[in-house]
Amino acid sequence: MSTAEPKAARVGFFKRAWQFVHELWDVLISPSSVFALGALVLGGFAAGVIFWGGFNTALEITNTEKFCTSCHEMRDNVFQELKSTIHFTNRSGVRASCPDCHVPHNWTDKIARKMQASQEVWGHLFGFIDTREKFLDKRLELALHEWARFKANDSLECRNCHSAESMDITKQSPRAAVAHERFLFTGEKTCIDCHKGIAHHLPDMRGVPGWQ
Amino acid sequence: MTRKLALVLLISLLAGGTSSLLAQGLTSALRGPTPLNDEGAAPPMTPMRNTAEREMRNYPEQPPVIPHAIDGYQIDLNSNKCLTCHARARTGESQAPMVSITHFMDRDGQFLASISPRRFFCTECHVPQNVTNPPVSNDFVDIDTMLSQAAPGGRR
Repeated sequence: MSTAEPKAARVGFFKRAWQFVHELWDVLISPSSVFALGALVLGGFAAGVIFWGGFNTALEITNTEKFCTSCHEMRDNVFQELKSTIHFTNRSGVRASCPDCHVPHNWTDKIARKMQASQEVWGHLFGFIDTREKFLDKRLELALHEWARFKANDSLECRNCHSAESMDITKQSPRAAVAHERFLFTGEKTCIDCHKGIAHHLPDMRGVPGWQ
Repeated sequence: MTRKLALVLLISLLAGGTSSLLAQGLTSALRGPTPLNDEGAAPPMTPMRNTAEREMRNYPEQPPVIPHAIDGYQIDLNSNKCLTCHARARTGESQAPMVSITHFMDRDGQFLASISPRRFFCTECHVPQNVTNPPVSNDFVDIDTMLSQAAPGGRR
């Protein structure tokens, strides 16, 4: 008798939980008898604005250089390398920070990338690259991911600022003008095919096409 | 009287000579008038020559200079940006001059399949050029000019 009692109680818990879900569902599908329709509509609208605004604000907070460099993996490795490049300091003072190149600007693509990035949060919590050595070991793999992403979206994040249509090749060096005319304008290659390692140091490039 | 005059002349000559020597020692074409114990203002940085046109070598053995900007080009154990255009397999696409065949040779004279490790760091010998006026003029004369001077119109 004493052994059967906890078993009976556990079954009762699941049953109660199921009944609770049923009751909740009944409440949700039946019309309100307390609140006015106007109050529900306006309340729902206000709640929706608050939820949507809050969600987007939180999303934008994760889309800043400050947020990216709040993890030491980013601050001590890739961010230090960015600092000496033209995308960080230049004559005109325009700066491309982390999300400008690494997060798609289009909303749906951005959400997809942010969902992928939850794996990076997991990696941070469990210290996948919490030392410089681990980072250097993983560097090629991480870089390959980014290059594949740029290749797949035709270097979209580059083209958010550098569009081929508004490029005046007469203002470029002869070398750049010829290369852009032959490979970029014809669509034969995309930005990342030639411009690897412009914002961060390169990993061991043996085996990467075009490199030795 | 003449001895006294000679002495005055000598002293004035010496004084003049030392002052001009001192003046020479203090102004150098490279340092400018900044005293030796001071650090002068850095000269403004000059633009890179970026014409991509090959420059003549001053003597056959001279490592050709780089006629384009190489800002941010990574040359280290991991990668060599120069070779993405100048390596044999890349020249078809890039139309850049191929790395000299001498660079494929190791120290024992054996030709390797690609660049010998001792020739990997391009900028040890090949350097880009800045557009600037040299602070010291150069009176280097190349061998062709010198030979034609020695025997004008003669056989070289």
